[in-house]
Amino acid sequence: MGDYMLEMTHIEKHFGGVKALTDVTIQVEEGEIHGICGENGAGKSTLMNVLSGVYPFGTYSGDIHYLSEECKFSGIKDSEEKGIVIIHQELALIPQLSIGENIFLGNEVKKGIGIDWDMTHQMAESLLHKVGLNEDPRMLVQELSVGKQQLVEIAKALSKNVKLLILDEPTASLNDEDSNHLLDIILGLRANGMTAIIISHKLAEIERVADHITVIRDGATIETMSAEDGISEQRIIKSMVGRELTNRFPARTSNIGDISLEVKNWNVYHPQLDRKTASDINIKLRKGEVVGLSGLMGAGRSEFAMSVFGKLYGRDITGQLYLGGKEIKLNSVEAAIKHKIAYVTEDRKSCGLVLTNSIRMNTTLANMGRISNHGTIDADQEVNMAEAYSKLLNVKCNSIEDNADSLSGGNQQKVLLAKWMFTEPEVLILDEPTRGIDVGAKYEIYQFINKLVDEGLSILMISSEMPELLGMCDRIYVMSEGRMVAELDKEEATQEAIMTSIIESAGKEQSI
Amino acid sequence: MSNNTASAPTLQKKSGLAGFNLKKNTMLLALIALMIAFEILIVAQSSASFMNHDFFAPANISNLIGQNSYVLILAVGMLLCILTGGNIDLSVGSGVCMISALAGVFIVNLKLPLAIAVPICLLIGIGIGALQGYFIAYAHIPAFIVTLAGMLTFRGIGNIILDGKTISPFPANYSKIFNAFLPSTSTKIPTLTTTPKKIASMVDSGDISTSIQHLADKNNMTVEQLSNLKVADLRPLISAYNDSIATTLLMVTLAIGAVVSILFIIMTFLSRAKKQRKGYPVGALVPQVVKTVLVVAVIMFLSYLLGNNKGFPVILITLGIVIIGYWYFTSKSVPGRYLYALGGNAKSAKFSGINTDKMMFFAYTNMGFLVAVASLVCVARFNSAAPSAGTSYELDAIGACFIGGASAYGGVGTVGGTVIGAIFMGVLNNGMSILGIDANWQKAIKGIVLLIAVLADVSSQKKGSGGGLFSKILPKKDGNKGTLS
Repeated sequence: MGDYMLEMTHIEKHFGGVKALTDVTIQVEEGEIHGICGENGAGKSTLMNVLSGVYPFGTYSGDIHYLSEECKFSGIKDSEEKGIVIIHQELALIPQLSIGENIFLGNEVKKGIGIDWDMTHQMAESLLHKVGLNEDPRMLVQELSVGKQQLVEIAKALSKNVKLLILDEPTASLNDEDSNHLLDIILGLRANGMTAIIISHKLAEIERVADHITVIRDGATIETMSAEDGISEQRIIKSMVGRELTNRFPARTSNIGDISLEVKNWNVYHPQLDRKTASDINIKLRKGEVVGLSGLMGAGRSEFAMSVFGKLYGRDITGQLYLGGKEIKLNSVEAAIKHKIAYVTEDRKSCGLVLTNSIRMNTTLANMGRISNHGTIDADQEVNMAEAYSKLLNVKCNSIEDNADSLSGGNQQKVLLAKWMFTEPEVLILDEPTRGIDVGAKYEIYQFINKLVDEGLSILMISSEMPELLGMCDRIYVMSEGRMVAELDKEEATQEAIMTSIIESAGKEQSI
Repeated sequence: MSNNTASAPTLQKKSGLAGFNLKKNTMLLALIALMIAFEILIVAQSSASFMNHDFFAPANISNLIGQNSYVLILAVGMLLCILTGGNIDLSVGSGVCMISALAGVFIVNLKLPLAIAVPICLLIGIGIGALQGYFIAYAHIPAFIVTLAGMLTFRGIGNIILDGKTISPFPANYSKIFNAFLPSTSTKIPTLTTTPKKIASMVDSGDISTSIQHLADKNNMTVEQLSNLKVADLRPLISAYNDSIATTLLMVTLAIGAVVSILFIIMTFLSRAKKQRKGYPVGALVPQVVKTVLVVAVIMFLSYLLGNNKGFPVILITLGIVIIGYWYFTSKSVPGRYLYALGGNAKSAKFSGINTDKMMFFAYTNMGFLVAVASLVCVARFNSAAPSAGTSYELDAIGACFIGGASAYGGVGTVGGTVIGAIFMGVLNNGMSILGIDANWQKAIKGIVLLIAVLADVSSQKKGSGGGLFSKILPKKDGNKGTLS
């Protein structure tokens, strides 16, 4: 005892009859970075909510000792006063306010009864400096990239004199470069004496920065590993899922057939700005093939895919589409769906599902014709179909009448996939199909992808996780700044090869 | 195997709750409670003041239907607008004023045949709806602003057409469409005021009412012979005549009620049989029978009350068509489903191949159509087109939707709920008027009720998300166990 800055012992938390946490014990030393790993639903977020007082003292059992006193927080305010600050996965910044206003929101720097703007901006600037962000504090948050917004969140936490910073999935929506930058900043803060808890699915990152890692499974602490004794990704996974995952990507024997979709000389302009987001792109997809589309964030991969999918993105689109050798024109999403093309969005919450609708309604939405007759919905058939597709994708729910927002990220992703499988596609474009979901659900989705290509579908998989592309794809296209810069076969594709082609293309661009 | 056992309770839950929405039923219970409360208050007040008031008096129920018919029609249209994403239409009250004025000009001033005037009014309604719909859906101007502009414009144009005056009366054949009662041939004769002398004066002026003529025919007398009777001899004839009319009215309304009930029963059990034939799961029989019995009881009670007044109001036919039509549209049709998707998440709807602009345009065009229908009903009921017609109807319609459980964010709400919401507002107005509550207090109370209804909605959603949190843990835990095994 006493050695630890934070000690949570035997934490138990119920929701009604459901146990969310059964027995969690976690000990955090002062000045360390402590990683927490666990699958979705293991209880990580619940634990952090207990710590920060979202679930007030009395609604859980167990002890929390922080800076050698017992804590009985009755709300977030209490924990923040003690210097415990959480940065949630979904950022809590207000896009229409400036960086400075956001940092001091609820904690404004006052001069008399008004706000001292000069002081606000000056203080904001020095905080931004600490997190390595060189932006004008008067700039609106909506103009920042997600990565930079994350840094503003940290600056905001620093403004509250944070002693213990908790980051919930800080890099979930960042690309590798931004993630690395963020992790460096956190390491820098540690060097200055800050203590941090990081919850993440990206095990490589945790492995890189954490001094200790606590693994939680099914609401209980499984073990705490120390960096001194050596931590490997494999070992974390083994501990998280209860057994060793021998292979993170299920094996598949490729059986590649004829060309299904071919895109030729594809050009797309940005909807507002006068620049191309895709220029002269040529790609081919074959039946039974998983084709990867790699690139840094902002390379224009999603924009390209959406522009193919019934001109969902962009303007002045030119180029040809061939489906099974025949030229087709897709002027609407409806037409794309009719031609058996499906696009599974990267943003399941805001573009994929209608969260307030049931699993059933979400499943059938993109192909209502299949369960209706002259515009009248056959309710019974709809139930049967939705049940069948939920089963096909192994969606875990109490009933298909559950609203989509009651599901975990992994299950939402499965519902989204079910929705697009319901359109019976022959060409499936998957945009970040495993973003923000746990290892187990990822594996299930990989298995499902393999099953689909076995049945002869063509899959175009966009992903920012290179190991995923390398593990799953038969061929990988690399995109950079709106152009296709490389096409790599499975044999020649490595992380280095991909990065090299991106960097070389950027160099070429500059020299011109 | 585990999948089978998991899906069994799912199906049972679905069929057990078929058509049963907790939220909707809460409002239904609140409505019944409100009606009973008014009944108690009104009876207590009237017995204290030696009056004969009664909330469930046949005349009052008949009145209630007439008073609220146009609000109900508007509320159903408003629901579609609200579903698209919490957008409201502020212009409907002014729209009613403008189209009423046009109806007055066409029907009363220009004496156009109804077969021409009525369709023109409906087309104009669709026109103004389409105009607003264009600005909202295709020019992407917020609905609030477009309809606020419409509210001012339509009221202004309506008053310009009327020139500040009221147009009335409308011809009798017009009010027959929306404001008559079935059976239409017979009305009662006032017992006290109808004297032989009065009949004699009718004979002299040659203006003999149809009911007096019927009375004479029935007793094998001429009207002149009637006028020669003594008062004491005439009275029993009139009461006998009135009794027979009352019997006819009651028989007709009960017959209509019985036909509707039988249709309802047949529909219910046909759909059940169809499900069974196709091998789909059906719910337990007992709750469905109980539900059917309750619905039939309400229909027959209403028929009985109406039969004890003037008969079956024809406006119920229009209301029935509107309610059933839009219930079908929202709950059974593909475009109806698209509306919910649009309101729930416009981007997802777009990504699913739904033409969201078109749906938005449709919702407002349809609102214009229903504004025209409501105007025609309104004109028939007041027998006039007045400059103040439709004042604050938009608020009643919006209120009805929200009280009926529609979400202010869109994507949630049902026609059934809206009907209950509209009746709730109507009962509130009617009951408070009978109790003689001051008009200003009535407004204040209505405002507070609306706030409480929305508050209940929001807090029940919070509870729902509490449950959501709850269920967030459940499936995930299962998910962990299942995913890798």
